[in-house]
Amino acid sequence: MTQTAAAPPAIELVGIDKSFGQVHANRDINLAVAAGSIHGIIGENGAGKSTLMSILYGFYQADRGDILIGGQKTVIRDSAAAIAAGIGMVHQHFMLVENFTVLENVMLGAEGGATLARGTAAAREELKRIEREYGLDVDPDAVIEELPVGRQQRVEILKALFRGAEILILDEPTGVLTPAEADHLFRILKVLKEQGKTVILITHKLREIMAITDTVSVMRRGELVATRRTAETTVEELAELMVGRRVLLRVDKGPAAPREVRLGVENLTVRDGRGVTMVDDVSFAVRAGEIVGIAGVAGNGQSELLEAIAGIRRPASGTITLGGKSVGGLDPAALRRRGLAHVPEDRHHMGLVLPFEENENAILGYHGAPEYCRGPFLSLDAMRRDAKAKIEKYDIRPPNCRLRTANFSGGNQQKIVLAREIERDPDVLIIGQPTRGVDIGAIEFIHRRIVEMRDAGKAILLVSVELDEIRALADRILVMFAGRVVGEERPDCGEQTLGMMMAGVSGGQGASA
Amino acid sequence: MSRPFGQLPGWADYVLMPVLNLGVAFGISALVVLFIGESPWEALTTMLDGALGRGEGIGYTLFYATNFIFTGLAVSVAFHCGLFNIGGEGQAYIGGLGAALVALAFDQVLPWWLTAPIAILAAASFGAAWALIPAWLQATRGSHIVITTIMFNFIAAALMVYLLVNVLKVPGAMAPETRTFAAGGQLPKLGWLLELFGLKIGAAPFNVSFLIALVAAFGVWVLIWRTRFGYEIRATGISPSAAIYAGIPYVRLVVVTMLISGGLAGMMALNPVMGDAQRLQVEFVGGAGFVGIAVALMGRSHPLGIVFAAILFGVLYQGGAELAFWIPTISRDMIIVIQGLVILFAGALEHMFRPALVALFARAIPARAG
Ligand SMILES: Nc1ncnc2c1ncn2[C@@H]1O[C@H](COP(=O)(O)OP(=O)(O)OP(=O)(O)O)[C@@H](O)[C@H]1O
Ligand SMILES: [Mg+2]
Repeated sequence: MTQTAAAPPAIELVGIDKSFGQVHANRDINLAVAAGSIHGIIGENGAGKSTLMSILYGFYQADRGDILIGGQKTVIRDSAAAIAAGIGMVHQHFMLVENFTVLENVMLGAEGGATLARGTAAAREELKRIEREYGLDVDPDAVIEELPVGRQQRVEILKALFRGAEILILDEPTGVLTPAEADHLFRILKVLKEQGKTVILITHKLREIMAITDTVSVMRRGELVATRRTAETTVEELAELMVGRRVLLRVDKGPAAPREVRLGVENLTVRDGRGVTMVDDVSFAVRAGEIVGIAGVAGNGQSELLEAIAGIRRPASGTITLGGKSVGGLDPAALRRRGLAHVPEDRHHMGLVLPFEENENAILGYHGAPEYCRGPFLSLDAMRRDAKAKIEKYDIRPPNCRLRTANFSGGNQQKIVLAREIERDPDVLIIGQPTRGVDIGAIEFIHRRIVEMRDAGKAILLVSVELDEIRALADRILVMFAGRVVGEERPDCGEQTLGMMMAGVSGGQGASA
Repeated sequence: MSRPFGQLPGWADYVLMPVLNLGVAFGISALVVLFIGESPWEALTTMLDGALGRGEGIGYTLFYATNFIFTGLAVSVAFHCGLFNIGGEGQAYIGGLGAALVALAFDQVLPWWLTAPIAILAAASFGAAWALIPAWLQATRGSHIVITTIMFNFIAAALMVYLLVNVLKVPGAMAPETRTFAAGGQLPKLGWLLELFGLKIGAAPFNVSFLIALVAAFGVWVLIWRTRFGYEIRATGISPSAAIYAGIPYVRLVVVTMLISGGLAGMMALNPVMGDAQRLQVEFVGGAGFVGIAVALMGRSHPLGIVFAAILFGVLYQGGAELAFWIPTISRDMIIVIQGLVILFAGALEHMFRPALVALFARAIPARAG
């Protein structure tokens, strides 16, 4: 796996340096990745991982430093140049045309000729060959928006391979995947490696690093602080290198003391835009002082359930109560006033208005609250003061409340949403994927805040595709499958049991209240 | 997020891009002028001299600019909400009806400074009313506002001709127009303002509406960037899904935003109706509603940018008229071609040079760390 001396490294970065105004995102980075290996990059939110990869892919130009591809110094001005140099990238947020087919997406930008017909036939053949070779398994004629995320991601990989990528960069590819989908992705990456391709993988999940990479680099505050052979390091060492202190990889919490019911859901049925039943006659209750987790493979109705409770989606039937009073038909603003806070699963789509300044996003949904307003005017002073306090408390980096939210790293954006919702001190908190894209140091902090909320007597409903996270935080676990709650388990039940229930094999104590 | 798409430094975005677009438009215009055998340089100097050379020219330039400030603001407010209001033309036309009715009712009993506020209100509410139905249809039925506002332009034109010919026309007169307003229905000229700079206003119809337009521009700035409602407008315009998450009521927001937009377009009528002609005439809007789209685009939907862009288009209008007068081979149609080119490059193709410029900056900037 390590081609020393003989072959030049697939990629060599020499003294790469990049600043955005005050933020020094990459400092004098030196890195060599051997051809035919899988190299992991880890680091805290805002450490500069995505920036470094963006430089490699031609999105940004480094202020200083050189890029060597296969030993050749290469100037990468834009993504076209990166593709020409054999570099492909799978973005954290896919860049596919939603209503095009797989084949059309793959061909986009490589249509080859004025009429599509000839190019299409050739492309279809090539696509089939690549799919066979790497076990990618996607239907060329499927329309993107109808594919689950895992497959959409494979289309991104296909696209890169179709363009002749020898080096594949994946930026947090598993953030949106179910465990099964992630396994499939890793199988694909292994095949790629066997075929001699080089893979760079950015992730926050140390387990994945240990499972699949050959070498791993750690970034901290813009610097590359260490590179290790994966076989010679441990999760604990990596965690410490990342954060600069020992990290508790486990949640510390006492037993729950549940009290009265705060959030009640009875016989709730929710249909999507096409009339398909996504949530099917679901009933449960969340009490003050407990965390109820909803486990399940993504796409089994959890998202729709959250949206219905948050007032974003109108249920087809059933009742939702807050503090014993029915709140059916209330809009999200009215629900917030009644003490419901909602951390949405998808921060880009819902939780944030990306071009807004950080302090503007820090009040989204609460922008009508009296403390942020003076009559019809916004009180910029109050907004900024408040944003600064949250930035400090949640260690959001860079600590600049006037920065456009789009310019924060993914994990820091998530912290902006969490700070906004948690600091309102709501009675009921519903959270979707709280730590998606968040680094382990911050996960520790977020988990602690959620447990503190519980201990302060709040009712918390948590949806996560991370089974570990649910098991660590929840006091009770409901398992959803095909829109129904198929069982309830205690967090100390075996992973096997939960896995079976999530796959639709009934178990546990049956559907429960 | 990790999607660093082409950002330009502020000054390049707000100054360099418009200048570049304008340069290209003028460059092509120069070729056209050359083609008909005239000197582009002479044409340019004639135009600039006509628009900015003397007090009267400046008066005309600012008079036209006043129209464009109002219509540009109207387009920009809707823009911020993600709505494309093409109906400024019709809303201004109907706004004129409101202004004229007030002027006709009060011009003999009230002084101008009492008539004016009522007329402003009337013009704004008539313009807003004309935007109401398209807004409602967009918000509740999803009928595309571009289509409905265009249709309402035609309805406004037909309605106004009907009213002017059959209802408002002075009995016995030939022209389809109202009677001339008395002094109480006229907005005073701003000769004194030009005199402060040692300029003579001459016959130019530069009037108080210009100041009202500046106040409106400031008001729009406050609305969009300093009020809760403006926050909701921007959130909805940028991310409708985030706006729903935030509990921002879509229907109400769209309707109120369009009322404000229509109201601003309606106020444009004050300038030609009460400030210049002193009566209501057919077709007095003269395309200002459409120019407003180019003005809003060029001014980046920011009130300050809109004021500058409006003045630029004022120069084009006034300078163009002078050009047609002094160089007869350059006909009025030719002027329209030149104005069209500017609208094309500054408005429709506004972002044409952006990718190239972004690439250029990406290449040039790294040398300068930070
Ligand atoms: N376009 C930009 N303008 C200004 N600052 C930026 C820009 N892009 C990134 N940054 C800043 O550079 C730093 C590094 O960001 P980057 O996205 O590389 O972090 P990351 O390591 O990928 O973090 P995460 O794990 O949260 O995705 C951050 O502080 C971020 O705010
Ligand atoms: Mg990142």
